[in-house]
Amino acid sequence: MRYLTDRKRAVGKGASGSGTEHFWWMTMSSVALAFLVPVFVFVFGSAIGGTQAEVIAHFSRPFPAILTGLVTLVGMRHFAKGAQVMLEDYTAGTVRKALVITVYSLSYLVTAMVLYALGKMVFMSTAAQMLNQ
Amino acid sequence: MVQFTLPKNSKIRVGKTWPRPEGAKNVRKFMIYRWDPDTGENPRVDTYFLDMDRCGPMVLDALLKIKNEIDPTLTFRRSCREGICGSCAMNIDGINTLACIYGLDEVRGDVRIYPLPHMPVVKDLVPDLTHFYAQHASIMPFLQTKTNRPEKEWRQSIEDRKKLDGLYECVMCASCSTSCPSYWWNSDRYLGPAALLHAYRWIIDSRDEATGERLDALEDPFKLYRCHTIMNCTKTCPKGLNPAKAIAEIKKLMVSRHV
Repeated sequence: MRYLTDRKRAVGKGASGSGTEHFWWMTMSSVALAFLVPVFVFVFGSAIGGTQAEVIAHFSRPFPAILTGLVTLVGMRHFAKGAQVMLEDYTAGTVRKALVITVYSLSYLVTAMVLYALGKMVFMSTAAQMLNQ
Repeated sequence: MVQFTLPKNSKIRVGKTWPRPEGAKNVRKFMIYRWDPDTGENPRVDTYFLDMDRCGPMVLDALLKIKNEIDPTLTFRRSCREGICGSCAMNIDGINTLACIYGLDEVRGDVRIYPLPHMPVVKDLVPDLTHFYAQHASIMPFLQTKTNRPEKEWRQSIEDRKKLDGLYECVMCASCSTSCPSYWWNSDRYLGPAALLHAYRWIIDSRDEATGERLDALEDPFKLYRCHTIMNCTKTCPKGLNPAKAIAEIKKLMVSRHV
């Protein structure tokens, strides 16, 4: 029980001064992903069914490698920020904070793993070409 | 925060069934939410039967007939009976609307009437709108100027006046805010469609000189950006207004300050 006036309850701690950047980033990344994801599905799909060497060669080419990196970077940031909004809607207090930290950590982890895998494929492909020469 | 089940003391039980009117041929069934804080009992749904040949065409007519002729303890707010005061907002047949301008012919089958969703209930169909009104007050719903008062009046062009159409007509019935899931889950921090529509009404007013301060006060992930464009507010508004568009316009103004 707290003796607060109705106005104090409504105003709370006031405006945080943020929110628009998050909204604008989500709008921009949505537009970016609307173009990136269909192209990525096509590029990724064209590598399905190949041998390991063919897949490595495919993803070590500049366009598929950069596209995959972009989809991962933008997609994971979009996922983290979108999940943050969802968690803010449905959870509260310490649980909310813990889940938001978890989601952001997960997005960074996935991004790092994909970028590492891409780098490894590019490195392996380059090394194989050098050995052949 | 989200709640998927009702608290134990809010679970609804079957209530009293009142007798059918004798000799009536055109009878309609009304199932109405009842809760009396003085009894300490859980809410119940009472069933009433009305002779539609002796009842007015609107839902409020039926409620008044029940109160006058069957059960005087039935409690609800009403005043103008023409959709201007916003007092008789309630959930009728699953839709938040004004009982005075909602026709009984618009309801198929039995008429189910509940108070506005997800608000504390004072009694029966009367919700506690204290927080809702305080949120409205917090957006400073009045003209703010810094320039010295003109000798005659604050002038406004016809074009600028037209921008207020579709905004000033809001009667603060709370139908929109109480239909919004974001408002259900986060009404402690999210202002809701009604307050934001009024905020936009003053932001867009060419005579108001506190536009920046008004936008600053809304720059918050919860106060404004809990709106996820669900559009329940626009769908339910008994006055045919579009709070979702007003909120989208505020977001556009916010972005225009950044980009």
